[in-house]
Amino acid sequence: MKRVGISAVSALLLLSTAHSAFAEWGLNMTEGVTKVSQNIHGLHMTIFYICVVIAIVVFGVMLYSIIYHRKSRGAKAANFHESTTVEILWTIVPLLILVGMAIPATSSLIDMYDADDAEIDVQVTGYQWKWRYTYLKEDVDFFSVLATSQEQINNTEEKGEHYLLEVDKPLVLPVDTKIRFLLTAQDVIHSWWVPDLAVKKDAIPGFINESWTIIDKPGIYRGQCTELCGTGHGYMPVVVKAVAKDEYAAWIAQQAKEQAAAREVKDMSMEELMAQGEKVYTSNCLACHQKNGSGMPPVFPALKGSKVALGPIEDHIKIVLHGKKGTAMSAFAEQLRVSDIASVVTYERNAWGNDKGDMATPKQVKQIKESGK
Amino acid sequence: MSHAIDSADHHHGPDKGILRWVYTTNHKDIGTMYLILALGSLLIGGTMAFVIRAELFQPGLQLVDPNFFNQMTTMHGLIMVFGAIMPAFVGLANWLVPMMIGAPDMALPRINNWSFWLLPFAFGMLICTLFMDGGAPNFGWTFYAPLSTTYAPPSVTFFIFSVHIMGISSIMGAVNVIVTIFNMRAPGMTFMKMPLFVWTWLITAFLLIAVMPVLAGVVTMMLMDIHFGTSFFNAAGGGDPVMFQHVFWFFGHPEVYIMILPAFGIVSHIISTFSRKPLFGYTSMVWATASIAVLSFIVWAHHMFTVGLPLVGELFFMYSTMLIAVPTGVKVFNWVTTMFRGSISFETPMLFAIAFVVLFTIGGLSGLMLAIAPADFQYHDTYFVVAHFHYVLVPGALFSILAAVYYWLPKWCGRMYNETLGKWHFWMSFIGVNITFFPMHFVGLAGMPRRIPDYALQFADFNAIVSVGAFIFGLSQLIFVYNVWRTTIGGKGEKATDKVWDEPTGLEWDIPSPAPYHTFQEPPVVK
Repeated sequence: MKRVGISAVSALLLLSTAHSAFAEWGLNMTEGVTKVSQNIHGLHMTIFYICVVIAIVVFGVMLYSIIYHRKSRGAKAANFHESTTVEILWTIVPLLILVGMAIPATSSLIDMYDADDAEIDVQVTGYQWKWRYTYLKEDVDFFSVLATSQEQINNTEEKGEHYLLEVDKPLVLPVDTKIRFLLTAQDVIHSWWVPDLAVKKDAIPGFINESWTIIDKPGIYRGQCTELCGTGHGYMPVVVKAVAKDEYAAWIAQQAKEQAAAREVKDMSMEELMAQGEKVYTSNCLACHQKNGSGMPPVFPALKGSKVALGPIEDHIKIVLHGKKGTAMSAFAEQLRVSDIASVVTYERNAWGNDKGDMATPKQVKQIKESGK
Repeated sequence: MSHAIDSADHHHGPDKGILRWVYTTNHKDIGTMYLILALGSLLIGGTMAFVIRAELFQPGLQLVDPNFFNQMTTMHGLIMVFGAIMPAFVGLANWLVPMMIGAPDMALPRINNWSFWLLPFAFGMLICTLFMDGGAPNFGWTFYAPLSTTYAPPSVTFFIFSVHIMGISSIMGAVNVIVTIFNMRAPGMTFMKMPLFVWTWLITAFLLIAVMPVLAGVVTMMLMDIHFGTSFFNAAGGGDPVMFQHVFWFFGHPEVYIMILPAFGIVSHIISTFSRKPLFGYTSMVWATASIAVLSFIVWAHHMFTVGLPLVGELFFMYSTMLIAVPTGVKVFNWVTTMFRGSISFETPMLFAIAFVVLFTIGGLSGLMLAIAPADFQYHDTYFVVAHFHYVLVPGALFSILAAVYYWLPKWCGRMYNETLGKWHFWMSFIGVNITFFPMHFVGLAGMPRRIPDYALQFADFNAIVSVGAFIFGLSQLIFVYNVWRTTIGGKGEKATDKVWDEPTGLEWDIPSPAPYHTFQEPPVVK
């Protein structure tokens, strides 16, 4: 049994020294694409090797005793115990090793806490179950939701390469630029993690946490929420697309223009509302209220045949706008555009056999929104 | 005291039938009931682990929906921590502490009965939540607010009540252990002559008294937030969700040591017996245990390195956590040195004890890695953490309990367990536990978060291996159940001698096997 313990450790050792060859197996921590992530990787490997050496020494002595001091080989037990010298020695030596570990760890940590002089500030807000990215110095603000289809999750469709790690709109960032993340949350605690950037910080309602990065290489970096945040915890990935500086400048200008245009309130036909409504429903409502509107009572009520969806349209719009206090139903007034709210309300009133036949218009939603509660 | 009344009317021996178990104030009966409850919880919690691992066998959702998956991870954690590991140690304390210190019973036998009988109701209520509207608690065993308050299913109130009852039971159990050890040691048994299991339990009992009220406080604050309009943890009302974590982990970290310190005691006894050598450093073991207990109060925020603590806070908790490696190292070195130049034999308890030392050390070393705050930003809330704490709790705490049962069972029931079955149980468990938990290090480092019902494709191979290991490990515990059943109820196995093993030390080996219903009515004299 000792042998298994040892060989497990040495296997780990072997595999990690050859980790570049096995990178696709995903055995070890990524080196990442920032100075901080490489620094952490170095720290991780150093400590790992120290641990392996300690393990080899301790388990080595143990294995020796197991082989040579076994009763079945006729070993006679010695009777030594208590030795102050030995005991002082095995207190002091580990202490020195720990000091040796603490020094580089402290300097990395101090470096990681220096978020000053950032050129770009991005506010990251966690919602159940999506991320919202707000570029604080630009007029750009959007949600990023899981793009993997429900069919793939339910195994009725083949899973794509980036199953569960793909979003509709990634966070786009320039390389070689100091970017500060300001993290908070709207409902419960989430945690924003991108392994390649070695950024993991909790997004907490009522708090604004800070973290930063300078990305060295363009590329797409994927991560996930790492704090249990409810039913959809496994379904809120983070995707960061790092691009060259000029490409970023062009992208942000384009986004600002598009978003300004989208804020204008236009009239939409029933077909447009239903088509857009289904999309909005899929990314915002489906996790709780389910694909067929059946919900998960009693926590997440059904929409199919519900009093709200079949009742007066103003009340329906108000619930979507302002949420329902004391429940998981959040207020979407600041999360969705008026056209999105109009279309999702229309969709909910006319899908799954809810044949109400009426439609909410963007103008109507805007009016209710502006009139307050 | 009650014992004096017992012997006055010559009412030796237990009552008959079910009422024996309901009314009993006998430490051996109560110990047995605790152990049976723990075994039941182990099997229920294990079944939940099967559901988790079956769902995670392949990517995609196959068996359960994400909400039920979260209920399973939550209930698995709660039941294993509060229902399996803790009651098992209390059961062992009940059986062993009086016999080891030469006392006739626990000091407070009626409280002892009550602390046990609260538990079936607490767990009954917790398990009932699975069948309630909205389902069982689904916010993880660490129940972080506001997920566990504003966003919790209605059953959270039952969960809170159940935690309160468990807390009362634990506190009474701990008081009982302390009072017994302080007042009922046989003449001549000074503190520094007490067996290590008694020492480790004494320290554990102080930890329990210190932190269970903190747990009660935090769940009460949750209750107030949910039902009485307060905002302890609700940011919208001026509350602080991070405070929840501080309070929870101020309980939670000492709780971790509550689940491991008695194991240190057990393993020290077993390694010494089967190496046929006295423990290398008894005094340093006692001091190491005490230091770990003291340190456990100043390390809690290492569970919270990513919540946005100030730099000084991170550094403080990193250093204090690293410091725990020193007394823990002292313990491991002591066990290894005890084996060195001994005359070692490998009966089942010894196999489990050796596996404990090796695998607990692996868990300890990964714990040291997790203590390094900058690196923890990559490890935190990944499967690396899951691997770490399962290494200290399963081949750590659980293996020590299994070792203890094999070691003392002949004393308890007077018959030897079946050694062949014991060895099968050990090897299957050892292989299973490593197949289950070792690959979790890899997927964690590669970036798989914990508590997710479904995962990206690059984690698929290791997850399949982990699930196979989990089923091997889980099912092999049935060998243990059968072995214990055939030895006790089945009455099979050769009769145990009073000493049971070659030259074990301790008062419990001076009394007959099986241990009579009442022992040490005349206190022995310890030289």
